[in-house]
Amino acid sequence: MVDADVVERVLRAALVSGGDFAEVFVEEKATFSAALDDGSVEELSSGVARGAGIRVRFGDTTGFAHTADLSERGLVRAAEAASAVARRSSSPLATVALTSRLVSPVDVDSILGSSISKDRKVELLLRLDAAARSTGASIRQVGASYGDSFRRFLVANSNGTFVEEEQIRTRVSVSTVAVGDTGMQGGYETVARTMGFELLDEVDLEELARTAANRAITKLSARPAPSGKLPVVLNGRGGGVLFHEACGHGLEADHIAKNSSVYTGKVGDQVASPLVTLLDDGTFGREWGTYRYDDEGNPAKSNVLIKDGVLVDYMWDQSQSDRAARGSSGNGRRQSYAHLPMVRMTNTYLTAGESNPEEIIADTQYGIYIAQLGGGQVNTATGDFVFGMTEAYLIENGEITAPLREANLIGNGPEVLRNIDAVADDFSIVPGTCGKDGQSVPVGCGQPTLRITEVTIGGTANG
Amino acid sequence: MDDLVKAAKFITSAMVEGEAMEAFILSEREVAIRIYELEIESLTTAESSGVGIRVVRDGRTGISYAGTLDRDSIAKAIEEARDNSRFGTPDEFAGVAEPDGVEPPMMSSQWSHELLTTPMEKKIELARDLERLTRRFDKRIRSLNSSNYGESAFASAIINSNGIERYSEATYCWAYAHALAGEGDESQSGFGMSAAKNFAEIDIEFAANEAASKATRMLGARKPNSMRTMVIFEPEVSRSFTSIVAGTLSAERVQKGRSLFANRIGEGVASTKLTLVDDPTDERFFSAVPIDDEGLASRRNVMIENGELKGYFYDSYTGRKAGVRSTGSGNRGGIAGSSAPGPRGCYFEPGTTSREALIESVDSAILIQSISGVHSGVNPISGDFSVGAEGVVISKGELGEPIKEFTISSTIQKMLGDIHEVASDLTFRLGSAAGMTLAIQDVSVSGN
Repeated sequence: MVDADVVERVLRAALVSGGDFAEVFVEEKATFSAALDDGSVEELSSGVARGAGIRVRFGDTTGFAHTADLSERGLVRAAEAASAVARRSSSPLATVALTSRLVSPVDVDSILGSSISKDRKVELLLRLDAAARSTGASIRQVGASYGDSFRRFLVANSNGTFVEEEQIRTRVSVSTVAVGDTGMQGGYETVARTMGFELLDEVDLEELARTAANRAITKLSARPAPSGKLPVVLNGRGGGVLFHEACGHGLEADHIAKNSSVYTGKVGDQVASPLVTLLDDGTFGREWGTYRYDDEGNPAKSNVLIKDGVLVDYMWDQSQSDRAARGSSGNGRRQSYAHLPMVRMTNTYLTAGESNPEEIIADTQYGIYIAQLGGGQVNTATGDFVFGMTEAYLIENGEITAPLREANLIGNGPEVLRNIDAVADDFSIVPGTCGKDGQSVPVGCGQPTLRITEVTIGGTANG
Repeated sequence: MDDLVKAAKFITSAMVEGEAMEAFILSEREVAIRIYELEIESLTTAESSGVGIRVVRDGRTGISYAGTLDRDSIAKAIEEARDNSRFGTPDEFAGVAEPDGVEPPMMSSQWSHELLTTPMEKKIELARDLERLTRRFDKRIRSLNSSNYGESAFASAIINSNGIERYSEATYCWAYAHALAGEGDESQSGFGMSAAKNFAEIDIEFAANEAASKATRMLGARKPNSMRTMVIFEPEVSRSFTSIVAGTLSAERVQKGRSLFANRIGEGVASTKLTLVDDPTDERFFSAVPIDDEGLASRRNVMIENGELKGYFYDSYTGRKAGVRSTGSGNRGGIAGSSAPGPRGCYFEPGTTSREALIESVDSAILIQSISGVHSGVNPISGDFSVGAEGVVISKGELGEPIKEFTISSTIQKMLGDIHEVASDLTFRLGSAAGMTLAIQDVSVSGN
């Protein structure tokens, strides 16, 4: 993308006023998307953005500049802008010697979206539309979308790191609206992985569409969710948003460093039920949060965060791990070249336990069964979080009964982790988009079926 | 601006007969300063630009974008958009905006030379002062997650094959703080912000007080019991609520059967105390611009008047489909986004009761300081509304103990009907909606 000798000169320019660390990140990302809505293929969209972000660190201060001008002149200008904060330094001019380049291209068997005709992608949408509509007469509206992206980046820094990475991602999603006597309800399902068009060989499109359609249809007969504290059984396929929100964010080292997490100073403590083992794993299969190298050139790792309920470690990026004089855990990510990297999750999941999922339900007298979770949000300083349930049912006398309308759940992370009293032997992981400080990155969230002894359900029915 | 004019000229020269084309060209300069413990944690300076192209041929639409404004990238984007248009389903209403004779309003204060020429050191010092003021507010403020200054100067151009060619530029700046208050083992956080067009107008005292008071007043918060009660939204919360309500009135949602307000024009959909206005020409909005994202003049639209639904938001496409004019409500999410109609400067018409009088008049309610989980807990199709909340109990007109970790639930339809009072304290922040203190009756609170 940019020659090694140019990169070296730009790094030297970045350190000309001093500084402890300099980094050049050059990125090119091409995206394609196609959407069908209301029975018509609306518009295909594609494009390319490229640019470079340069940062210089001086003590705890970071200077950052980004540019879309990838000429040597443009890069040096950005390097000078980034170095402006380091002017007070009297350190001698650093020499920069890049180690041999590590190149991490996409797998040879990956099929780039750009090699597939647009006709084929449009045809997928028509199939999804037909399958969703044929699920039931109450389905009035179907939206389907397909998207792929190819992201290449080069990252080099004054420690000698020199990495080039390619990431390819593909996603398909369906949204539906069902109409009945009780009004309108929506349903949604998506599949998204860090792989090319070969994803479509792994996915049953018709089933994906039917799932989205059935979610909307089921909710037509849903009753208002109860209000108050109840036991909750979370289906594994529902997604591990709970752990992403309830503890994942609180285990990011930047929150720890600023004492803005309830998990600060808790390494070695029992912070969860002994049934809980939580990992963040950037190497997990080809899930949505998977990569080879993070956006700072550190290799992705499988990191154990909580083992049998005991807090083992936090997640780290380069800045936080340098400050703590330890290695990065491969969690330094950025939305694009125009953003500073920070500590981010990859694929965060709770490992499977030993219970039988059906027995967990049978063992629950009265409570809520959640088949699909929506998004969530957490305040890391207090541990208070919310997340939405987009497909949920009542459990009465050990059986799943009436479907419930959408509602949010609210709880406190550390409390919920302690209140997990059953973990099943099933497991699944779903894609999501994680937002932090205005930056979005793809992540995976996984868990087995499990039960929490009580969570506050934000419904409207007095129960 | 020169870059935009040059890019616009090049794109115009690429337009051909029998094809509609629109380009949305953007160029932006940003500064972001983050202070932690009075030191600069990061300082970002950046310039970015790009173009989004829409091509319509034989009723088929294709779009494309490029993250740079060089000729090669633009030419490639045009070629891609043309190719993408071959795959769309033909739609007789597809096309770009036509000039409608409405002149864009004259707006004076959009560009601040003063802001751009203020030395960086002063901006850094402002963010430092914000931290100092926040700490000084109360001994229980233990730290700040960060204290921030940011500014944006952006110029945009919209040109299309129907002869529209319009430019606009604007600057704005803001400062915000995340305060952490503590007592014993307990921590609470609070967010405070001030935004302005000119550097001199940023009110860091306001932002500091807001962040510090929100954090400290939550210390000792308990989980409340479940109940049905009146809630009073702080302006920041009613701003979110206003955005949600206005979002359901997009003609795109209506035409696709995804709005709970479809086919209800002329009906009472809210309390008679409620009038919803969208006026992106109102310069109190930092997002105020004379034109929409299709190049049509921004204008004032009354969406709900004294509880009666008056209309929907239209862009040129949904307008043609419905046989009405665009309301100048074309929105696109950046260069890579597609166009859709929606609110661009909306608020509930403020009432005459002051915030203080409203709170004093209430026997029992909860003042809602912040809500969370709006994305997952509000369904714009069914109207189901269920969000996490924290706030303060109001009893006999006085603020009492703080409460947290509860949800408030109802439906959008019911909440609009249950509006008890719209206070007079309309408050403008960043974003395309403004809020005021707002009282809504009979909301379900889920706690213990």
